[in-house]
Amino acid sequence: MIENKNLGKLELYIHIPFCVQKCKYCDFLSAPASKQVQNAYMEALLSEIRGSAVPDRKVVSVFIGGGTPSVVDVEWILDVMEAIRNHYLLEEGAEVTMEVNPGTVTAKSLARYRAAGVNRLSIGCQSCHDAELSRIGRIHDHQAFLDTYRWAREAGFNNINVDLMSALPGQTLESLEDTLHKILSLVPPPEHISAYSLIVEEGTPFYEMQKRGELTLPDEDMEREMYWRTADILKKYRYEHYEISNYARESYQCRHNVGYWTRRDYLGFGIGAASLYENVRYKNADDLAAYIKNPLNCHTQIQKLGREEQMEEEMFLGLRLSLGVSGERFREIFGVSMWDIYWEQIRESVEEGLLEDDGRRIVLTKRGVDLANYVMAKFLL
Amino acid sequence: MASIDQSKIRNFCIVAHIDHGKSTLADRIIEKTGLLTSREMQAQVLDNMDLERERGITIKAQSVRTVYRAKDGEEYIFNLIDTPGHVDFNYEVSRSLAACDGAILVVDAAQGIEAQTLANVYLALDHDLDVFPVINKIDLPSAEPQRVIEEIEDVIGIEAQDAPLISAKNGINIEEVLEQIVTKIPAPKGSSDNPLQALIFDSLYDSYKGVIIFCRIMEGTVKKGTNIRMMATGAVEEVVEVGYFGAGQFIPCEELSAGMVGYITASIKNVKDTAVGDTVTDNDRPCDKPLPGYKKVQSMVYCGMYPADGAKYPDLRDALEKLQLNDASLNYEPETSIALGFGFRCGFLGLLHLEIIQERLEREYNLDLVTTAPGVIYKVHKTNGEVIELTNPSNLPDPSVIEFMEEPIVSAEIMVTSEFIGSIMELCQERRGRYLGMEYIEGTRALLKYDLPLNEIIYDFFDALKSRSRGYASFDYDIKGYEESKLVKLDILINREEVDALSFIVHADSAYERGRKMCEKLKDEIPRHLFEIPIQAAVGGKVIARETVKAMRKDVLAKCYGGDITRKKKLLEKQKEGKKRMRQIGNVEIPQKAFMSVLKLDDRK
Repeated sequence: MIENKNLGKLELYIHIPFCVQKCKYCDFLSAPASKQVQNAYMEALLSEIRGSAVPDRKVVSVFIGGGTPSVVDVEWILDVMEAIRNHYLLEEGAEVTMEVNPGTVTAKSLARYRAAGVNRLSIGCQSCHDAELSRIGRIHDHQAFLDTYRWAREAGFNNINVDLMSALPGQTLESLEDTLHKILSLVPPPEHISAYSLIVEEGTPFYEMQKRGELTLPDEDMEREMYWRTADILKKYRYEHYEISNYARESYQCRHNVGYWTRRDYLGFGIGAASLYENVRYKNADDLAAYIKNPLNCHTQIQKLGREEQMEEEMFLGLRLSLGVSGERFREIFGVSMWDIYWEQIRESVEEGLLEDDGRRIVLTKRGVDLANYVMAKFLL
Repeated sequence: MASIDQSKIRNFCIVAHIDHGKSTLADRIIEKTGLLTSREMQAQVLDNMDLERERGITIKAQSVRTVYRAKDGEEYIFNLIDTPGHVDFNYEVSRSLAACDGAILVVDAAQGIEAQTLANVYLALDHDLDVFPVINKIDLPSAEPQRVIEEIEDVIGIEAQDAPLISAKNGINIEEVLEQIVTKIPAPKGSSDNPLQALIFDSLYDSYKGVIIFCRIMEGTVKKGTNIRMMATGAVEEVVEVGYFGAGQFIPCEELSAGMVGYITASIKNVKDTAVGDTVTDNDRPCDKPLPGYKKVQSMVYCGMYPADGAKYPDLRDALEKLQLNDASLNYEPETSIALGFGFRCGFLGLLHLEIIQERLEREYNLDLVTTAPGVIYKVHKTNGEVIELTNPSNLPDPSVIEFMEEPIVSAEIMVTSEFIGSIMELCQERRGRYLGMEYIEGTRALLKYDLPLNEIIYDFFDALKSRSRGYASFDYDIKGYEESKLVKLDILINREEVDALSFIVHADSAYERGRKMCEKLKDEIPRHLFEIPIQAAVGGKVIARETVKAMRKDVLAKCYGGDITRKKKLLEKQKEGKKRMRQIGNVEIPQKAFMSVLKLDDRK
């Protein structure tokens, strides 16, 4: 049978779809809601977590994301942690991440998350410039981020990610560099940095503004310049650029996300949450009311992955990582050579200067990273 | 069937400017004459093709026979012949008119007389039809029936004081129209004992009956078994069936005699044998001479049509074959393009006709098409005295063997309110128009007369006209003839390779402008590639304009999609799918829509 180092391991994703106010670029499943709705949702979420237990699987990571999970009452997070502990085999030393946003936490709430077993925080900073923050509809200023960060350290979090964004309206190379330097001069600096580019998605306020010509964004060339400037600076500060948008100090890679890219099994709880379990992908329906009524049977888009689909995923997910796709692993999983299946695509991409092939693994070149989708699309069979 | 009293027949049509309510009035007439119950009425009974319904215009002539009991107590047979409503189909209009004895002129009570009103009413008067006016849409708040009545009398010179004031939409005063049909439109003449003489005003192909000829019997009688001969095409066949037009159906009858309108079937396989305007006679007892006015329909506009997916070439051929069965004015022949592969050079009556065929191919035959820039027929006079009729720019001979070239010119009439005269004149200037004169219709409206090269109006002239007059200008034209002109072939080079499908003929003076706009447009349409792509416009090998598509810099989602891998994959699949819809020219991939988007170059929108 298929051999896989991920076998037997499981990740959990907990979706909390609430926030104080929707950011203008956000197309995630999230919205402001009353306490009453929040409470009803959290009850349902707990039922789903409890009712979906797979006790023989070792849970190696938990990610509580959103939305802004820190908008619901602290007790709910404690309950979530307890439900996980009671119904799953949470491995000793498992990575437990929670997303928080400045303006929704206090020193006290952070300490309680920590005490409940959350051991990694992901803080939405995005920019250290107040003008940029307000233009994208964030509810906090830079000072609020600094407070959050300090409280987090005081609460004992020694594994922190800071989310940053580039290609924001009005952002310049200088202001981006300034943001980076401000983050790098935090004491101690974050263990992990996610640096995303703003992408205008349909259905967001930015999308409408762009259509009306009211949104001026740094152009494509500037966006790339920002991207590589970020990479250069972070490299100097000993962050490894281990994935297209992610940087980490040694041994602080986000295990949960690496799990996604290496196709480890994961269960997603909450509306709209995606799961991969024994090569079946599915998603929870995103209807809040229906979920609250019946949180256990809302799986949709159930798709059994065939062998080819698994191969495609192995490639386009693996190529996001700086380690690339391993020929050895490919053979272990599929019993055939990656070069037999993808000879044409690999040769062509290498000729185009987008891929490096050292005979053991294939990795995107710098130009390949810029054109990642172009390369990845080729690997769809 | 008992023989019909000729004096109780009324053959008529309705003429109007587009949107003045011709089809709606036709519906009301059919409804009020009681052949159909209200329930059976579709919104517009006569326009039975989906496309016509959507565009609100009539493409093929339709006919219907209804029975009306008039106030004098007599029953009258109405043959309403619906005429196509667009300048592309002028010839069909004129044949339909020839089949009538009178016409109802519908004029919008708010808008008054428009360019097509004039063109159509003059056409009707030219055919010696008795015309009576009807003022429609009187229930509109902006209706000014008295002003419109005066306008009709002043401008057209026909009596309009007793014109029925109606609302076809709301069924107001339709009775009055019906009565006037009886009193104002003359009964047909002609004798059923004379040799057969029937005018073909339309025909269509039916897979069971073969070609169905729509005709007006001028003289004589035709019935099952008559050996008929089409006088222009020479085709001879034995009649299988004759009949008349119910609403949306064919009702067989014994015979058709002088004065009647109806159909004939005779196992004819191709509509080409039954040309509109031709005369049908009895082969055994022919008439002396055909009815006047027949002319062979000429395609005015040509373009290349290619299947987006090269494998669909046979499907496209079959589809064109089928469409042609019904549409004798469509013609096509196979051609090959380096850029687009195997396809057809198709000829149309005009741009609207082109668009209709294109849409029918895409909709009814489910074909994805790439269309090249439409062009007209140029006459190329070679130094050796030979004259070529050029329909495909790629076939233009080397300039060294060309003595001179000619292009078709139209006489155009544009009706416009005075505030827009300036901008419309400017537009006509830009399109190389030759100003002939201007007449004021009344205080605020003028009729501008221009000679315009046909190739300047086939792309987007109508759109430009509308946008520069806020929709108020109306337009009509007639082909005038050919004139010598300084024409050149403009070639487009993408990544230094000439793309034959993008070449077109243009006047030398506008070559630079057009070339520059083409390059700009293509620059927006061609996606960035891994390498830089120069786009050049050239005349006779000399580059006159250039743009560059920069090398692709970025195609990556530096964004967190969390565990939603399916969404990510869909994105990649879409990207891959998009590539399939590209045309490979050298190593450059050009989206199909780039070939079409370059047609609309008027940027003053």
